Amino acid sequence: MALQIYAYILHKDGAVDDTALEMVAAAGKLDPAASLTAIVVGSKTDAVCNSLTASFKEVWKIDNDAFSYPNSEVIRGVLARIIPKGSAVLVAHDHFGMDLAPGLSIKLDGTYLPDTVGFDGIEGGKLKAVRQEYGGQVSTHVLCDISGGAVITIRAGAFRAVETSGAGGAVVDKTTDALAGGLPGGARRFIEIVQAEVGDVDITKSEILVSVGRGIGEQENIEIIKELAKAVGGDVSCSRPIVDAKWLEKSRQVGTSGLTVKPKVYMALGISGSFQHLGGIKGSPFIVAVNKNPKAPIFQVAEIGVIEDLLEFVPLLTEKINEMK
Amino acid sequence: MEIALISPANASIFGIPAFIFSVLIPVIGVGIFTYIMNKRVAPLLKASPDFRFDRITERTINLIKLWLIQYRQPRYMLAGVLHIMIFAGFIILSVRSTSLVVIGFSEGFVLPGLNGVIGHAYNILKDYAATMVLIACIIAAVRRGFFKPKRYAVPEKYGKDHTAEAVFVLGVISTLMISESLFEASLAAAQVQGGFEAEFLAPGTLVRLFKSMLLNTPAATLQNIHVGSYFVHDLTFFFFLCFLPMGKHFHVITSVFNVFFMRLNKGNIKPVRYGVDDGKLDEIESFGVKKLEDFTWKQILDFYSCADCGRCSDQCPANAVGRPLSPRFISIKGRDHAFKKYSVLGSDQKQEELLMGSVYNEDEIWSCTTCGACEQECPLMIEYIDKIVDLRRGMVDEGMVPQSIQKPLSALEKRGNPWGKMEKKRADWTKELPKECNVKMIEKGDTSETLYFVDSITSYDDRMQNIGRAAAKILSAAGIDFGILGSLEKDSGNEVRRFGEEMLFQDLKSNNTEEIINSGVKNIVTADPHAFNALKNDYKDLPPVEHISRTIVKSIKAGKIKLKGVEDANKIYTYHDPCYLGRHNDVYDDPRAAIDAIPGIIRVEMEKYMDRSFCCGGGGLMLFYEPEEEQRMGVLRVEMAKKAGAHVIVTACPFCLVNIEDAIKVSGLEGKMEAIDLAELIEKHIEAE
Amino acid sequence: MEILVCVKRVPDTAENEISVNSSGSDIERGDLVYSVNEWDNYAVEEAIQIRDKSGGSVTVVSVGDADSEEVLRREMAMGADKGILLSDGAFEGSDGKGLAAILKAEIEKGKYDLILTGTQADDGAGQVGGMLAAMLNLPYASLVNRIEVLDGKKIKIGREIAGGNQEMNEIDLPCVLSIQTGINEPRYVGIRGIRKVASVEIPVHGASDLGVNPGSIGKAAAKVSRVDYFVPALGKGAELLEGSIEEKVEKLVELLKSKGGIK
Repeated sequence: MALQIYAYILHKDGAVDDTALEMVAAAGKLDPAASLTAIVVGSKTDAVCNSLTASFKEVWKIDNDAFSYPNSEVIRGVLARIIPKGSAVLVAHDHFGMDLAPGLSIKLDGTYLPDTVGFDGIEGGKLKAVRQEYGGQVSTHVLCDISGGAVITIRAGAFRAVETSGAGGAVVDKTTDALAGGLPGGARRFIEIVQAEVGDVDITKSEILVSVGRGIGEQENIEIIKELAKAVGGDVSCSRPIVDAKWLEKSRQVGTSGLTVKPKVYMALGISGSFQHLGGIKGSPFIVAVNKNPKAPIFQVAEIGVIEDLLEFVPLLTEKINEMK
Repeated sequence: MEIALISPANASIFGIPAFIFSVLIPVIGVGIFTYIMNKRVAPLLKASPDFRFDRITERTINLIKLWLIQYRQPRYMLAGVLHIMIFAGFIILSVRSTSLVVIGFSEGFVLPGLNGVIGHAYNILKDYAATMVLIACIIAAVRRGFFKPKRYAVPEKYGKDHTAEAVFVLGVISTLMISESLFEASLAAAQVQGGFEAEFLAPGTLVRLFKSMLLNTPAATLQNIHVGSYFVHDLTFFFFLCFLPMGKHFHVITSVFNVFFMRLNKGNIKPVRYGVDDGKLDEIESFGVKKLEDFTWKQILDFYSCADCGRCSDQCPANAVGRPLSPRFISIKGRDHAFKKYSVLGSDQKQEELLMGSVYNEDEIWSCTTCGACEQECPLMIEYIDKIVDLRRGMVDEGMVPQSIQKPLSALEKRGNPWGKMEKKRADWTKELPKECNVKMIEKGDTSETLYFVDSITSYDDRMQNIGRAAAKILSAAGIDFGILGSLEKDSGNEVRRFGEEMLFQDLKSNNTEEIINSGVKNIVTADPHAFNALKNDYKDLPPVEHISRTIVKSIKAGKIKLKGVEDANKIYTYHDPCYLGRHNDVYDDPRAAIDAIPGIIRVEMEKYMDRSFCCGGGGLMLFYEPEEEQRMGVLRVEMAKKAGAHVIVTACPFCLVNIEDAIKVSGLEGKMEAIDLAELIEKHIEAE
Repeated sequence: MEILVCVKRVPDTAENEISVNSSGSDIERGDLVYSVNEWDNYAVEEAIQIRDKSGGSVTVVSVGDADSEEVLRREMAMGADKGILLSDGAFEGSDGKGLAAILKAEIEKGKYDLILTGTQADDGAGQVGGMLAAMLNLPYASLVNRIEVLDGKKIKIGREIAGGNQEMNEIDLPCVLSIQTGINEPRYVGIRGIRKVASVEIPVHGASDLGVNPGSIGKAAAKVSRVDYFVPALGKGAELLEGSIEEKVEKLVELLKSKGGIK
């Protein structure tokens, strides 16, 4: 029997998340012959479900006010009821996926394969996949027995989104099946979202970002970054370690646990280029990287690279720009 | 026999024989004083041990130089001279004061030995002394009350201003001088009036002035003045005696002890507990100072001895940049806590009071760079560094270590260096050395006469590796047979100990000691003053250690190294004394001699130099600590260099170099000011054979 | 409150250079130093703080070998009351589900109100906590960056979600939480602290002590296994500017101008 793949679709405020089309690509790499169904859990999701019909053969709609905010405890219980055992479930590896997926694999009695970045084919019920370990410093091939089903989380951006059309998908309302037996997961109750402190600048709207990472060394050195930002007319942003050290506010953090930015120009200064940081950069900005470590992963994604100590390079750059202005 | 005036011993006040008061006042005064002193001594008896009864000759010499001759006082000239005047006056007048007490009930009492010529000579001396003291008090009062020099200011968080108390005490002392002079002047005036023989009063003295003012005062008034001023003096004297142990004037009593028991060795840190060997540290229940009695008796005596002069804080670099540390208030707060806990008034407060979080706060204690400027300045020889280290030991024991320091400490534990770099890469800096420069590798089995102890920053930091290479080239050019430990070497641990992580320090120390002894080297040289300090003062049983500046000077003198003319004769050089080379180890001249040996070099001194050198910001673990400060110490130091007209700052410590180069960038002086290490400077100028 | 924290001994990412060994079978372990997984350390600190406020005890448990004892001891030096080592040859080669089964067996021997794990460890999987909760039928929350004890029956927690926002939830006890870094400031543990707990007994439980189903653990039961380690071939990457630092500055200024990087 051909593999059945179910892709859990993230959506917000009526719009489908970028990862949805990445799911399509992942599913295609996982098993091109498999049947692919999208699962949409939420409230008032008609628009979302309809937009998915272009890429998915079937879209399962589970629509109820109880799902207006995605509570993974509840959703896990619901999915465990309706997803047939033995299928492969794809979930994005984000804060929701990390909450939902491990437990779901237990409930569905399937194998769990987290944070996958690549698929290398299935042979005899065993899937060969690619993961990373040690903070992304090394990669590993893993063999995953999916004969009894699997829950697989996909790293955002690992599979290039595939724009498809003409899948001619149908929306199937599974709400009643999902809620048969009542609402599960009552032991955890959503209260509210506490918004991050809005800083004085909204970097998600900035066109030019001068971004600083651990390579800056000390808090006082951030002065030179601010000077450069002033010179180019851009805003200062940073990677997570700078915020953890409380050198800049959280509203300046670019990354999967911070903000998503879409600038025209992105200067990565002293940033190594971890995938969590890069995951916050969308669009295709002109990326310039300054780092004294030639092996820094940032040089893989940057267009222009400068191998220098940013503490020496940046003041000179600022000086030059101010001179010609 | 006819007398000019009735003496206090024979007079009566409102019908009561006055001598009763003359006896009662001293008795009550001494009684109260004893009671107070009892309370003051109590915490000392409960405190930790401190062995300071050794090296009596050295201690006596210190006592004469620092206490009697007040050697440190003129470092602040005006205040110093005023204080010497008052202090000298006190010493001289102590004899008179004693006699006066007895005169109150035994008329005409003269201390044995003070009859005849000596007595008369002393009388003249004491009159000048009293005059000098009064003049000094008036100047001091005007200075304190009116001009209010900055260093006496009390920041809001430390409470009320102390000026009123200071001026009050000057008033009390003035009262003593005036009343004593009046006592004598009134008698002299009466004697003149009555045609009796009068005691000779020297010209220019207060008492002579009073006498001339009183010449026409009626006898009855003179009598009242005579007895009145006596008892004013008596009361004031015993009031003052009891007042002394209640505040900063306790130093009047404790200073002689504090100086006698002062620290004799420099640069080292006290053991966790005196009397407990390094090997037995595991047996100690609690490390460091958490409550008052964890301090040693000498440390508590230090608190008592603080004269609130503010010189320490005035020199403290942390204080200068706005960190929450003011050494003066470490002492004042400690003293006030001791006074409260062993209160003269109510019963002793029985609860154990943890010092951290109540008397002191964490940032205050972590802010100290252990530069020693405070200890160098204090005229009472109060020690600060050991107290800070003990408080840190207490915090480390309780896990209260700032997050920014935990990572480097963990890295030091695991890898022997604060950056967590791999041991096998510790000698990688030698790879770029030219073949002629022969560095023996002790880890590979080589042996050598001399060990070049590189230490962590010079081994691993890209920029500081240049110092290592320069040092190696100098040693090689001087024909010295030297080797390095490489991966066998661990951090010297100077800051590890000073940040309170004693056990990790002991670990590093035993590792390094073992490797050094095993290597069989006869002497050690290092270009890192922190390593120099640790190996020389905190480690035991090592071969002799010297700083490379000494090696350079020796080699130049012996003709082993010749220096060529200065590269750029237009640049002006200045030398920044690293704390751990200068203040802590008294190496001031060697680096200067080394620099001056470069023909044609122009060198100037900055305003704060030698033992007043201004700390660059600290080294070792201090590089990782994130203090609350208004600006960096390095920036202030670079400004001083600029003010001195220098273009190049030469320093002899890799940490100073890091901080100063950083400060040059932050100040925007790149291109106008540069920094260079002594070894780099010398190496550049070695005349090739 | 009885709290159990699962801790793991991992190579210290800060103090090591991770590289693949010559055969590709593992990472190069020759020069590695190990310590407690950073996320687990935050979890233990949080547990200690909760215990200090609400009473109870903190137990740390680890699945590993004799070396893992040092990690348990370090957490006990930090303030955990008890340490338990789960060690048995039969455990080797277990995948995430196997580890969860082993931990479940230990947890069921006691009565815990709160079970904590770190968000993830060296393999970046972040799976054991969620699996444990599902196996024990307990509620779960991951990426927890705030805990507030409401009473003995429920707690309020914050989760770290995108954009720096925090998702507040109420969750019934007993429950399982995976803890995110930054939830607190872990206290320092030095050599001395560890020496103080050097002689405290750490019981070792094996497969038979736990009564765990042998078919659910070990290499044979593992559904996920590593084939090899490798470092992916690097793509073209950035165009590196050449020349002196001043020349690079000049070139970069030109490029920035042309790309609209200077307003």
